[in-house]
Amino acid sequence: MSADVKLEDVWIRFGSFVAARDVNIHIQEGEFFSFLGPSGCGKTTLLRAVSGFLTPSEGKVLIGAKDMAGIGPNKRPTALIFQNLALFPLMKVWENIAFALEVKGVGKAERRKRADELLELIALPDQGDKMVNELSGGQKQRVAIARALAAEPDVLLLDEPLSALDLKLRQHMRTELRAIQERVGITFIYITHDQGEALTMSDHVAVMSQGVIEQVSDGTTIYDSPETAFVASFVGENNHFSGKVTAIDQDFVIVDTPSGQLRGRNVKRAGVQQLSVGDEAMIFIRPESLRFIDGGSADNRLKATVERQEFEGNFWQVFLRVDGSPRIVSLSMVNDGHSVGHDVGTEVEIGCSAKLAVALPAGAMAAE
Amino acid sequence: MKQYWKEFFTRNGMSLGLFMLLAVVVWMLVMIILPQLYMMDFSFRANVPPPQWGSETHVYTLEHYRYLIYGNVNATDAFNYIDLGVFGRTILASVFVTLIDVALCYPVAYYLAHVAKGGWGRLMVISLIVPFWVNELLRAFAFKVMFGASGVINSILLALGIIDQPYDFIRENFALYSGLSYAYILLMIFPIYNAVESLDKNQIEAARDLGSPWWRIHWRVVIPHAKPGITSGCTMVFMLTAGALAAPQILGGPSSLWFTQLVYKWFNNSANWARGSAYALVLLISCIIFVLIVMRLFKVRLGEIAR
Repeated sequence: MSADVKLEDVWIRFGSFVAARDVNIHIQEGEFFSFLGPSGCGKTTLLRAVSGFLTPSEGKVLIGAKDMAGIGPNKRPTALIFQNLALFPLMKVWENIAFALEVKGVGKAERRKRADELLELIALPDQGDKMVNELSGGQKQRVAIARALAAEPDVLLLDEPLSALDLKLRQHMRTELRAIQERVGITFIYITHDQGEALTMSDHVAVMSQGVIEQVSDGTTIYDSPETAFVASFVGENNHFSGKVTAIDQDFVIVDTPSGQLRGRNVKRAGVQQLSVGDEAMIFIRPESLRFIDGGSADNRLKATVERQEFEGNFWQVFLRVDGSPRIVSLSMVNDGHSVGHDVGTEVEIGCSAKLAVALPAGAMAAE
Repeated sequence: MKQYWKEFFTRNGMSLGLFMLLAVVVWMLVMIILPQLYMMDFSFRANVPPPQWGSETHVYTLEHYRYLIYGNVNATDAFNYIDLGVFGRTILASVFVTLIDVALCYPVAYYLAHVAKGGWGRLMVISLIVPFWVNELLRAFAFKVMFGASGVINSILLALGIIDQPYDFIRENFALYSGLSYAYILLMIFPIYNAVESLDKNQIEAARDLGSPWWRIHWRVVIPHAKPGITSGCTMVFMLTAGALAAPQILGGPSSLWFTQLVYKWFNNSANWARGSAYALVLLISCIIFVLIVMRLFKVRLGEIAR
């Protein structure tokens, strides 16, 4: 069984602090949905409202079209995986997994059988009689997933469960989580501040900042067509140039910046404030969209001086001082076996096509 | 071992190291080991007046232990039923008091550790501690007054018409058990509080999220985690209750002697220090054995209690 989750006009306040501001989200049944945002943006608070540990100050939480008001966390069709996993250290691995069944009054033999099946699912067969502390970090992670799945929830909630793992394991667990989700077919709601996790695993991502949902979309749209300055600056690396809109040319916006005139795509979407002539705007250009022009042509051109180069293995990161811009601009080049070709200190011209630049109303940026 | 001492003195310096060493040795020897050894020696000796202590009449004998078990040499009973009965009742009653304290203190400790927040929690702790500034005797007498025939409780019950005759709480040992349960309540609350407090709140929430009702959360998650604390509290309350004197003396009914009262009687009224020592030692050792057995049964190791 799987269920959709709806948040309708949800406000969550702690005293005068607003942790969630008028949140409206519809999470489809059976999808992998992520809340992405910096720590303190209110994403964990929303998750707690879905799991029932917290009651919204206003608005409704619906799971499978059923209003969850007044229903406690032990009665909701959700299971939560905690950031620190919260496995029971005094129980054996199989007892941990079978806890939800024990609660339902399932007999011991049946519980053991079901726990063994789940251990099979998470690729940890024959580990049932170990104590939790005898397992490695990744194994504990999987036991926590099995324990939650044993409750046969319609919706699985995951609160940054991978954050304690090292990089390699984290990347491996991403694939694993996605595979498990596809196998069991229930709705996964995933909380993370790691955009890599959100973009790789999710069907849809909601980017959050200071209690507000900034944008809900699939990963590529979030990355390629951010709707607010916050999303553009928080998801991935981005260079930005501030200025005033001087003209609007169909799907493009022309912005006058201290570094020169720049053209960017006009992101048109419902609910997004549209730019008009005279508005304060920002042009966002991703490092991988920038290139050295070397005498060729480009819609957007910037004069710059090479400041520093960093070799990252699969690509080069070049940092440049752009005329008129107070910030260092970064440009990345795929490592094709050649060097960057422009030494530190040389004056160059960089640029990109207008299609790869995004024009957005000026707004709050993500903290560096 | 040599390495250890070297490290000990380099870490603390010579003078501080020596002081600490001396303090510990003096503490152990003078405060704990010597007095107990002295009592033990006494208990195996004939009862002679102090001037003859150490003389040849101060001989070693098992007479006092024999007396506890078989009673007077001329007694007609096979065993010293009276004293042994008092002994058994003391142990049983102490177990009972300990159980009452667990039942009372676990919820309070849990509440303090996981529910009460900030100022309210501190206020609760203070209101638990402050009453214990009142000395033990005064507290015992206050209980006696309260439970007396014309005490507050009887007056209220009479006024409400629940009873038509004053109920004798003293004779029925109601006052005694209340007084004893209250006397060592802090020694139960704080170890449990410490244990419960160290439990990760997420574990409680995880159990709840998995559908568990509140009682199962306690049974499967909180109590197993708090077991060392509960055991620690139980051992202290049990030992102190079994060894209590003031409360049984003041609050005990006419028919209920506490074993410590026998010890007191031998030391004081009968001026038989040797027999008093023997009785006291029997109480001490039986309590230790009893506690160790219970710990074994509940699978708690001594080291865990110290945490």
